[in-house]
Amino acid sequence: MSVLQKLMETVVQFMPDKAPDPLIHKHGYLGTPVSRVDGQRKVKGEARFTAEFEIENLAYAVPVCSTIAKGRIISIDAYDAERSPGVIAIVTAENAPKMKRPPLMDVRHMDKGFAASDLAVLQDDKISWDGQPVAVVVAETLEQAEHAASLVRVEYDEKAARVSFEDLKAEATVPSAVMGEDPELEIGNAQKAFAAAAFKVDNLYRTPHYNHNAIEPHAAIAAWDEDGRLTVFDSTQFVNGCKHALAGMFGLDGDDVRVIAPFVGGGFGGKAALWNHTALCAAAAKVANRPVKMALSREDVFRLIGGRTPSEQRVALGADKEGKFAAIIHTGVTATTTHAKFPEQFSLTPRHLYASRTMSVGQKVVNLDTVANTWMRAPGESIGTFALESAIDELAYAMKIDPVELRRLNEPERDPTKGTEFSSRHLVEAYRRGAEKFGWSGRPAEPCSQRDGKWLIGQGVATAYYPVFRFPAAVRLRIAADGSALVQAAANEMGMGTATVQIQHAADRLGLPLEMVSFRYGDSDLPDSPIIAGGSSQTGSIAAAVQVAVEKAHRELVKLAGNGSPLAGANVEIEARDGGLFLSGEGNKGETYASILKRAGRDFIEVEETSGMPFEVMKYSMASYGAQFCKARVNRESGEVRISRWLGSFDCGRILNPKTAVSQLRGGIVMGIGMALAEETLLDTRRGRIMNPSLAEYHVPVHLDVPHIEIIYNDIPDEHTPLGAHGVGEIGITGAAAAIANAIFHATGKRIRDLPITLGKLL
Amino acid sequence: MPSPNQTPKAVPIPPAGSALILLKINGVDRSLSIDPRTSLLDVLREHLSLTGPKKGCNQGACGACTVLMDGQRVLSCLSLAVQLEGREITTIEGIANGELHPLQAAFIEHDGFQCGYCTPGQICSAIGMFQEFQNGLPSAVTGDMAAATIEFSDTEIKERMSGNLCRCGAYVGICEAIHSAFDREVAK
Ligand code: FES
Ligand code: FES
Repeated sequence: MSVLQKLMETVVQFMPDKAPDPLIHKHGYLGTPVSRVDGQRKVKGEARFTAEFEIENLAYAVPVCSTIAKGRIISIDAYDAERSPGVIAIVTAENAPKMKRPPLMDVRHMDKGFAASDLAVLQDDKISWDGQPVAVVVAETLEQAEHAASLVRVEYDEKAARVSFEDLKAEATVPSAVMGEDPELEIGNAQKAFAAAAFKVDNLYRTPHYNHNAIEPHAAIAAWDEDGRLTVFDSTQFVNGCKHALAGMFGLDGDDVRVIAPFVGGGFGGKAALWNHTALCAAAAKVANRPVKMALSREDVFRLIGGRTPSEQRVALGADKEGKFAAIIHTGVTATTTHAKFPEQFSLTPRHLYASRTMSVGQKVVNLDTVANTWMRAPGESIGTFALESAIDELAYAMKIDPVELRRLNEPERDPTKGTEFSSRHLVEAYRRGAEKFGWSGRPAEPCSQRDGKWLIGQGVATAYYPVFRFPAAVRLRIAADGSALVQAAANEMGMGTATVQIQHAADRLGLPLEMVSFRYGDSDLPDSPIIAGGSSQTGSIAAAVQVAVEKAHRELVKLAGNGSPLAGANVEIEARDGGLFLSGEGNKGETYASILKRAGRDFIEVEETSGMPFEVMKYSMASYGAQFCKARVNRESGEVRISRWLGSFDCGRILNPKTAVSQLRGGIVMGIGMALAEETLLDTRRGRIMNPSLAEYHVPVHLDVPHIEIIYNDIPDEHTPLGAHGVGEIGITGAAAAIANAIFHATGKRIRDLPITLGKLL
Repeated sequence: MPSPNQTPKAVPIPPAGSALILLKINGVDRSLSIDPRTSLLDVLREHLSLTGPKKGCNQGACGACTVLMDGQRVLSCLSLAVQLEGREITTIEGIANGELHPLQAAFIEHDGFQCGYCTPGQICSAIGMFQEFQNGLPSAVTGDMAAATIEFSDTEIKERMSGNLCRCGAYVGICEAIHSAFDREVAK
């Protein structure tokens, strides 16, 4: 951590808190299960996703991908491809426009956008991973482009590639930072405390390489106009980031690039950064001199878009006789590439969860010649909680203590490593409510004690944890003379219900009925700010900006209302309700927005505001928490695992929309079930080629794999966050795999520390 | 995927737009001239602007492209358009009669989706699935094949819908929506 950062963390401790948002405790649309405002369009098939925009004179582009992991291109023979019917252009390093290398993510410069890999492909003959695009074929139709792509012959000079995580993990080194934090952290002498502890466990946990596999494959449509401006439809979680990263690559002004993405078909982190197909689509459009669409095939998605790194983590826990932790040691290795530089932050998880006398956490990273790894739902915490929460369970058995009780005993009063106050942490309450609802107390303590025919039954539990992030956001608000309001933000929708919850929010804050509020988003031409659908931050980030925008609009309206208005010189508070501004507690003394604007002869007022820096996130220890309870049935003969019951009890601040929030929490848990039991991207460790690049061979959970998932939540607002809310998008996957592994141990007595827990591991 | 080992010179290349086909889509006759390699899914999405059916894998593994053909659910990505002369195709755009199909309404009510990308496929699939169920077709989880009636249970629904992936994990909502739209009809 830089000196400046440390200084900042100290300074914010003395900063006063912002006054809690008055909406936190108000009953309105927020807190009610409003159905999605875009639901009709989605169920009718009318919501247009990236590849579905109709553009005149559109050509189709298909990438040709490297079949070696390392080396260089000797030659590309495109003779047949060029002559194949319908082919317009073949783009290779020879004729591709110049592209600069894009930046990687830096939390301090989110506004500049970022790519997942800082390579600009098709700029030279170098091959850095198996699947790297080496050419792009552009043709009149998709069929013609696909066929012609199959005719391109590439000759390589192949070098030995470093691709096996297992073989190379010993070479891992300590990165300079992990998400801006020190990569290693010691409190006291953890090794000594561990050695002397009354109870201890010390094990290695492994997680494989995973892929997001959003059902919408990545796609882009790019078009250049005569003035050299670029418009891109892109399946991105970050329209402004995509815009700035592209502008940088093509040497354009940010204003000369427009990125449009109204609906994204799932992202889970896989569409947060710019990936090279988008730049290649723009490059192809330039060479072909017409609009081009590049909709990746499922196989292309595996080859061009990276997923989650594999990891190996050691967790050693020591406890004294009373069950208090004497030592937490959580270390390990992840993989990245020289062009992604992303050490997935699993080691941040143990820093905030338990009180312990000593602690030693840290992580190393090894560079492989693979596609760039990237964020995947709860990067860090999803795999970090698997290891840590499995270990806690193991320690509970070693101590013959209930695992819920062990966690309660070690609940910290302040952030265990930063020493900061928790802004709102009610994890023990989430456990209490969850345990009661799940019937935890009825569970036999001994493993292998429940059976139903050939099925062994067990119950497991684990903590879910995901930190709170917020980014400064800019929004534009228009209030029109017909009394309606329009909120505009360069926000992103990939299923979270972005528009729905922001409309609920603006309606409450403006005192308008839902139908009078609309929300425009998914377009980088809207106010520029780093609003990213990532880090479970988007809702809070936008909400903070909407709050200041509404306050500004209200001030302007009061001014506009003038001296003749009952609002003039009011010495009681003015509140927004009934479509306008009224004196608090004084019935209809006030005026509607429509009336103010009409009297002033205005069609509308419009304000633009940006929310402040997220100092609260530095001042307090802020996170979403949860307790995941599950019941597993394991077939004694086949090793088949069935999750037959799930209860997630969450503490995520105030729940803004129970309908959409529950869906997000469930969605995370479903992905956690996949992570625990089925998913794994298989790499040929000799050549570095992904062997299962399809949905037939990469197994995501299907309907029958998922039980009814019950969700309960504390719904206790956090006074220090916008709307009192914490994020709900990522926490669902955290703790899920550990809860399953713990339930499987309880059922079978077999401890599996190596995901996914496939049948063979249980036989 | 191109590979250096391919011998592409021998591959015959069909000229584009060489096949004339007549399809009935959502009740409307459409005649079009297409490259015979075109799948039904690509005909719908790229030639007829019917982008309701989605492409999730293009190889029969995700169900996002599900449409109804003569009332039965099919994966349009695995159907070659030139083979479908005279068949009646219904896409998500043609499911509703005016307002919303009860299942579409139930999807909204029960939040049977998040991103919405798998949704048209889930809805078309569920409609076809329910018809199969009503016709007495058993599934892999049907215990007694000879039984006069099969229970329209969660397990039956999930088994029969397992060809439709939802990576957002909206399965609980989808299952609830299917119950709420069809349970009454089962009783009939
Ligand atoms: S697109 Fe047809 S099954 Fe996936
Ligand atoms: S709603 Fe996103 S894949 Fe199903």
